[in-house]
Amino acid sequence: MNGNLLEIRDLWVEVEGREVLKGISLSIPQGETHIIFGRNGSGKTSLLMTIMGFPTYRIKHGQIIFKGEDITHLPTHERAKRGIGIMFQRPPTIKGVKVKEILKLVSKENGAKIEELSRAFQFEQFLGRELNKGFSGGELKKSELLQLLVQDPDLILLDEPESGVDLENIHLIGQMIKKLLQKDVHRKRTKSGLIITHTGFILQYVTADLGYVIMNGEIYCKGNPLEIFEGIQKFGYEGCQQCLKRCEF
Amino acid sequence: MLEKKLDPKAFRSAKESQTPKDLSDLSSEERERLRLLGLDERIPHEGEYVQVDAKPVLCKRQVEGLEIMPITQAMKTFDRIGDYMWKAVSPTKDEFTKATAEDLDDGYFIRVLPGYKLVYPVQTCLYIRSDNVAQKVHNIVIVEEGAQLNLVTSCSVHPHIGSALHIGISEFYVKRKGKLTFTMVHMWGEKTAVRPRTGIIVEEGGTYISTYVSLFPVKSIQSAPVCRLLGPEAKASFVSIIANHKDSHIDLGGEVHLEADDTRTEIISRNVVYGGTNIARGKIIAKAPKVKGHLECQGLMLSDDGLMMAIPELDSHYSDVELTHEAAVGKIAREEVEYLMARGLTEDEATSLIVKGFLSVKIEGLSPELQRQIDKTLELAKLGF
Repeated sequence: MNGNLLEIRDLWVEVEGREVLKGISLSIPQGETHIIFGRNGSGKTSLLMTIMGFPTYRIKHGQIIFKGEDITHLPTHERAKRGIGIMFQRPPTIKGVKVKEILKLVSKENGAKIEELSRAFQFEQFLGRELNKGFSGGELKKSELLQLLVQDPDLILLDEPESGVDLENIHLIGQMIKKLLQKDVHRKRTKSGLIITHTGFILQYVTADLGYVIMNGEIYCKGNPLEIFEGIQKFGYEGCQQCLKRCEF
Repeated sequence: MLEKKLDPKAFRSAKESQTPKDLSDLSSEERERLRLLGLDERIPHEGEYVQVDAKPVLCKRQVEGLEIMPITQAMKTFDRIGDYMWKAVSPTKDEFTKATAEDLDDGYFIRVLPGYKLVYPVQTCLYIRSDNVAQKVHNIVIVEEGAQLNLVTSCSVHPHIGSALHIGISEFYVKRKGKLTFTMVHMWGEKTAVRPRTGIIVEEGGTYISTYVSLFPVKSIQSAPVCRLLGPEAKASFVSIIANHKDSHIDLGGEVHLEADDTRTEIISRNVVYGGTNIARGKIIAKAPKVKGHLECQGLMLSDDGLMMAIPELDSHYSDVELTHEAAVGKIAREEVEYLMARGLTEDEATSLIVKGFLSVKIEGLSPELQRQIDKTLELAKLGF
């Protein structure tokens, strides 16, 4: 491994015959968090789903390297076992399966302390509930993040982590993400993150090392996340389009 | 793939079988099978009845207020047997009731005296041990006024026998403010045909809760219990949890007659179809005003080789009623499988967890012990592809 936990090389992806990613390349070094800004439909979620290996996302060309291993064609559960975890934006309800049951299954190899983590993030009363059934926006996010805390992946993919969360919960969700990404560790941090966001407001709660703008399945811009965010706030994604400063990597 | 007509006369009489003296005569494999279904000395029971082929081999009573005996004995000793026998099920209903009326292979008689509320379950087991036998039993259960009974039946067949037929006539009477919880956790064989014929009569304020669990392969089951709620505020609920395996034919119904004001019922079925034919029928008939009934049938198809039919029926003779039904048949959502795979579960593990969750119906009024027993059976059945 050359210091990069994840490397994506010239990735072209199709969904039902439609190109959704067109030559994406990026690298995330160990311990860094990167953030991708983009409109709805720009290809952000497709990128996360492709990294996770969902079969709907067909890789036509390119490579995904994780911890130095080519995982381009590995099934999803093998990627999870190697240390990739994802927070879904809209997780499905799994009827009849309790939150505690899934946490136990996820933690079976690492013995994570389910009770302790649920108490720390005020989720104890949900352990006996059916997974994601009737959860509010904030509760869904907490459920996702608690599963990730128990799973303890090395690369955390976060799909719109702040969407649909009320003010009461956003702070706690920020805390959970910080814990996942080891933001309290300042030297030799081992966890890396890739956040995708439409609004960018998550930056008020979690810091990122590098930002990108994705449009129409291509990365158009790369740089300081806060500067990119400010630019988007000021000029919108139209500004990015006019800038048309397509990054060459 | 509907089953060919079944003739009870094509089987040997269960009376011709050589039966064991008691349970210790069964092989360790057989005892283990029955233990898995709940016939376990470590589980507290108020009473037990075990019948092998045509012969009762165990009949035990642990508490006051409970009468438990073979039906053939009750026919001699219980004066009012005539008020109950063939009163909730007609002996001429079909060839199976006729065959049992003509040639009875015993069965159980259970009565809980007025006001006695039994804490632990009464366990019964009707076991077929011999090859090509028809076991024709008749069971009568009477829960007297204000009494309560948790009855669990664990029916099964010898793990290595060929074809067999089980006919079970059951007549249940729940008197005023009585409560009967009847839970069936069955493990039949791939060549066993099962024909229960059940009638239930519930009086004012009485409650009947029926749960049927069949998760292992069976040749065929065809059953449609008829429940009459005769007194005001009587309640009945039927839950069936079925795994329909390849080459199995399972046709399960439930018919509830709401015959008095403020009676209520719920019929719920969850079916996972790996193959074969699965028919889930439910019928609610409102014969009085101010009644409520709900039918719910959900099927999960795991294969294109099977057939699943949901047949809900609601009949009303009055306007002031609330009858509803919902039925849904579909496949496992790909999205759910992928979600669980992203947490590290293999595709098979994810599918099996989703199926188990789908079948995990929270049964209102069921004791935690029984719920645990059902959950354990779900684990044992290893439901997946």
